Amino acid sequence: MLRFVLSRLLLVIPTFLGITLLTFVLIHLVPGDPVQLMLGDRVLDPTRHAQILHEMGLDQPLYMQFLEYVWHVLHGDLGHSIVTKQPVLTEFLTLFPATLELSICAMIFAVVIGLPAGVFAAERRGSIVDHLLMGSSLTGYSMPIFWWGLLLILVFSVQLHWTPVSGRIDVDYFFDGGTNFMLIDALRSDDEGAFRSALSHLILPAIVLGTIPLAVIARMTRSSMLEVLGEDYIRTARAKGLGNLRIIGVHALRNALIPVVTVIGLQVGTLMGGAILTETIFSWPGVGKWLVGSIFSRDYPAVQGGVLLVATLIIFVNLMVDLTYGLLNPRIRHRR
Amino acid sequence: MTDVTLSPALAEPDRKVISPRREVWLAMRGNKGAMAGLIFILLLTFAAISANVIAPNNPLLTDTTHLLAPPVWQDGGSWAYPFGTDAVGRCLLSRVIFGTRLSLFIGCIVVTLSLFIGVSLGLIAGFFRGWIETAVMRLMDIVLALPSLLLAIVIVVILGPGLINAMIAVAIANVPHYARLTRAAVLNELSKDYVTASRVSGAGTLRLMLVTVLPNCAAPLIVQSTLGISSAILDAAALGFLGLGAQAPTPEWGTMLADSREFMERAPWVVTIPGLAILATVLAFNLMGDGLRDALDPKLKR
Repeated sequence: MLRFVLSRLLLVIPTFLGITLLTFVLIHLVPGDPVQLMLGDRVLDPTRHAQILHEMGLDQPLYMQFLEYVWHVLHGDLGHSIVTKQPVLTEFLTLFPATLELSICAMIFAVVIGLPAGVFAAERRGSIVDHLLMGSSLTGYSMPIFWWGLLLILVFSVQLHWTPVSGRIDVDYFFDGGTNFMLIDALRSDDEGAFRSALSHLILPAIVLGTIPLAVIARMTRSSMLEVLGEDYIRTARAKGLGNLRIIGVHALRNALIPVVTVIGLQVGTLMGGAILTETIFSWPGVGKWLVGSIFSRDYPAVQGGVLLVATLIIFVNLMVDLTYGLLNPRIRHRR
Repeated sequence: MTDVTLSPALAEPDRKVISPRREVWLAMRGNKGAMAGLIFILLLTFAAISANVIAPNNPLLTDTTHLLAPPVWQDGGSWAYPFGTDAVGRCLLSRVIFGTRLSLFIGCIVVTLSLFIGVSLGLIAGFFRGWIETAVMRLMDIVLALPSLLLAIVIVVILGPGLINAMIAVAIANVPHYARLTRAAVLNELSKDYVTASRVSGAGTLRLMLVTVLPNCAAPLIVQSTLGISSAILDAAALGFLGLGAQAPTPEWGTMLADSREFMERAPWVVTIPGLAILATVLAFNLMGDGLRDALDPKLKR
């Protein structure tokens, strides 16, 4: 097991270095003079220009710049945002809870609906219900979520006035020194209105972000269940006279879940990609919206740091999924 | 997806042998979803090719007397603008039709590009093992570590916004899928006797790669390409929506959505119609991709 863990850890290092190189190159490939790009249209005299270039270390040879960049990254220094002058890491960490809260709720939504839908469809294979469920899940899988979000806003916010259009909570509520997880902060404030407000702000973005994972989970659960239901031990269980519910719930589902859990883990990338769109539509103050904003304000250090952090997060989660899978399944662990 | 009928070759062994291509077609024909997808794609292709003829109006022409005119099925709609007009009075139906041309073009170019790069890398990795393989596959892992949309955004930041750059970005982001599939298929084929036979009879590496092995790796690549068109259309539309893809007057579906977002309360059709076009097109390619997978690879059949 130790060997397995170590080999997987070693595999992560080149990937991480590659991502660092990619984000480093990002700034250097942007056409034009970096200093002028960051300053926009302002005119700068040549001495000040050289000074800034020197301050940013951009007058050094490229490999020195890269080594310095890696050194800083390893020390948690991702540079400062040009717009807010704040350290990029601090900005990211302040905004990340919003994205995390949204992603967790989206995932809960996806699992709570996707799993039963997949099991149900597998159990009634070939029936109208199966076709309907799989048809809708393929539709969900094909969904342009930026449009789906607008559509939901149109129906539930604009026409029915059930949910607010944007943000995380009404402006009336403010939590000082909270966890930055709105639902938790609102619960702790003992103000029922605050919790209701936070929940009503969260529900549409979570549905939008959860739609594609939901579809993937439903399809995966169905195919995995079908495979397991064809196994001999299920026939044995049936022959023993066990009830259908027990066979499905206890015997089949447990084995069918292994690939599903992997798929759930691998949805983290989808979630982060989707968060960019979802947060933009709902003005959700998270990492995705910040990243898009940074691109438009040409805040390259922020883009660089943000991309690096998101990629690192995904690499880390994928590693965890890999390790868990190895832990659950000895066949993976002992391969090679 | 499940009601694929057995091809007659399997059902009646005494009938004459059917060509593999015909067998795939028979399997596809029994799959209602795949056929619906195929028919819709053919309709789209027709619309894209004959956009100049069938579009009722010029997609870029503004009519200031008909701003945000409703579609024909709503009160106040007219046949002059069957899907209504947008905020500057452009014919929505014509824009959607010309958008079809653009989206199919995006899908095909992106897939061709990533297929070409991905297959080349996969072949190289599969044939020249050792450090070359490691380097190529590590590179693919790095690209895969970023969500395709985020990677595409990064590339667009480097290249600058615009339709062509967005297409290059989406193509690069999708290369790993093809490279991995090709390498896996190549490794699988290389151990087979026909490859050894070809090698023994003096085939060079290039001939082995392109003539002997590659055609036998085609099945998964065809499926992935079909599904790849749908994700390319989706990603390019997302970039357009974020303002990083096709720019304003271009009738690209994602860009149209972004442009008309602020008018969606007054005129819902400016948002619903382009989005529906994206959804239907992506769905059609996914349906066909699923059908092709079932038809081409019985092992993967669900």
